[in-house]
Amino acid sequence: MSITEDEARKVAHLSRIAVDDAALPALARELNGILHFMEQLNEVDVTGVEPMTGVTPMRLKRREDVVTTGGMPEKILSNAPDAREGFFAVPKVVE
Amino acid sequence: MSELNRLTIADARDALARGEVTSAELTEACLAAIEGAGALNAFVHGTADRARDMAAAADRRIRAGEAAPMTGIPIGVKDVFCVKGVPSQAASRILEGFTPEYESTVTGNLWDAGAVMLGKLNQDEFAMGSANESSCYGPAVNPWKVDGRKLTPGGSSGGSAAAVAADLCLAATGTDTGGSIRQPAAFTGTVGLKPTYGRVSRWGVIAYASSLDQAGPMTKTVRDAAIMLGAMASGDPQDSTCADRPVPDYEAALSGDIRGKRIGIPREYRVDGMPPEIDALWQQGARMLRDAGAEVVDISLPHTKYALPAYYVIAPAEASSNLARYDGVRYGRRAKLGQGDGITEMYEKTRAEGFGPEVQRRMMIGTYVLSAGFYDAYYNRARKVRALIKRDFDDAFADGIDAILAPTTPSAAFPLGSLDQSDPVQAYLNDVFTVTLNLAGLPGISVPVGLDKQGLPLGLQLFGRPFEEGDLLNHALVLERAAGFVAKPDRWW
Repeated sequence: MSITEDEARKVAHLSRIAVDDAALPALARELNGILHFMEQLNEVDVTGVEPMTGVTPMRLKRREDVVTTGGMPEKILSNAPDAREGFFAVPKVVE
Repeated sequence: MSELNRLTIADARDALARGEVTSAELTEACLAAIEGAGALNAFVHGTADRARDMAAAADRRIRAGEAAPMTGIPIGVKDVFCVKGVPSQAASRILEGFTPEYESTVTGNLWDAGAVMLGKLNQDEFAMGSANESSCYGPAVNPWKVDGRKLTPGGSSGGSAAAVAADLCLAATGTDTGGSIRQPAAFTGTVGLKPTYGRVSRWGVIAYASSLDQAGPMTKTVRDAAIMLGAMASGDPQDSTCADRPVPDYEAALSGDIRGKRIGIPREYRVDGMPPEIDALWQQGARMLRDAGAEVVDISLPHTKYALPAYYVIAPAEASSNLARYDGVRYGRRAKLGQGDGITEMYEKTRAEGFGPEVQRRMMIGTYVLSAGFYDAYYNRARKVRALIKRDFDDAFADGIDAILAPTTPSAAFPLGSLDQSDPVQAYLNDVFTVTLNLAGLPGISVPVGLDKQGLPLGLQLFGRPFEEGDLLNHALVLERAAGFVAKPDRWW
């Protein structure tokens, strides 16, 4: 498999990273280099092997389904680049 | 007592207990050392006032007879740990100005134990890198030097390793996702321990790849690693992957007796093009353990070769998901927007200027391997290979192997700027001996064992059974004693 410039543009957009058109050829080349390296994995016989989800054979902890924290809007908003009247503010999203 | 900053944790603790020194004096010695070490670019956010307050509180606690083993010990904290009220940005521009309202469990545990915070330490951005070159603060510099060339301290915990090696602090925290504690420890002649996945909480540690990340101590000696791990480890209701196991007294496990233990030498780690010096060091290490009464046997970990490509699928996949949170809305940086820019432009511009090139690359690779059509071919296949890599280790331990010995790195520290930026895979090869352990979730420790012919430190690593850090540390102690590594870098900074 190999990534074209168009696909590189698409991956950049899916990642929400702006990339200049001029930078696309180099980006596609780098991504292809990395994917080529990953292709070694095709040499491994993985028949009947379950994909690993966690390293420790332990059951995830459970707890009561109740609210454990909250009531601190000022703290939540204290690092926001733009917060107004108790909300995060973003550019207009509805026309 | 002169040069208090050069003390180990164990010696400082004993001197504090005997009343020969105060935490205030230790702390001032470290602050002065940091002041004079700007050229190393190790400390990136100083917290001198907080350090003095914490030292005073520690001295009161010691006088009251309520000291814990880390009480009054001045340490550095990798930037990736959230510390309440202190800038914590994982060396990324995208977290510029971020000051956490909460404390990571690990640092909270250390402060509860009475440790003193000197400041935040340099690292690779979001812990992605092996040379500390992808940092918004610029590279940290290795205190070891050859021919006047500046060398990398390794990465991603490069600032932590440089600070410990240069005696700017008694110890430091690090994190290890693919070798980021062990490789910098090897490059700087220090000790670095990656605990078993789940031994230490990940709460408040800025995430890179959540199934691989694990915090650990970076210290001057194996004993110090044992003491510091004891203070860092805990259960944690805030991290569902953190194990609810009691924290043993790791220092008490340091008997120095490994007679009858079986040490595995994995033949697959003898890779093509391995420098003869590294091979010789490895054999020397095996001899030291044999001389101490252990049985050294050849073992096979057949899927070793595939660890690196599996890692570079899984880690970027998890990172692309974890780092989706940096959107310019809730914290950190937001790009200046043009007329008519909407929310998509805000995301894309913010992330383009906030993330460095290596982070962007890993975001995009991760997005690609998780996208429809490639998920099975890359991501699921990598997770299956990961299961096989773990099975290799399970089989070795089931065969009665107690610990595995391997080189930590394929070379000594290399000059800053020598990695080819257009060939990221070349840089990834630095992690060839270290990533296996993260994929399998096992504990590992790098111990300085010798110097190469240029006079630079080289390390060997030991891998242990899950949650048996005490036994692992005991093996490491034997290696450390036999190697007798005492070299220190000449002070040039």
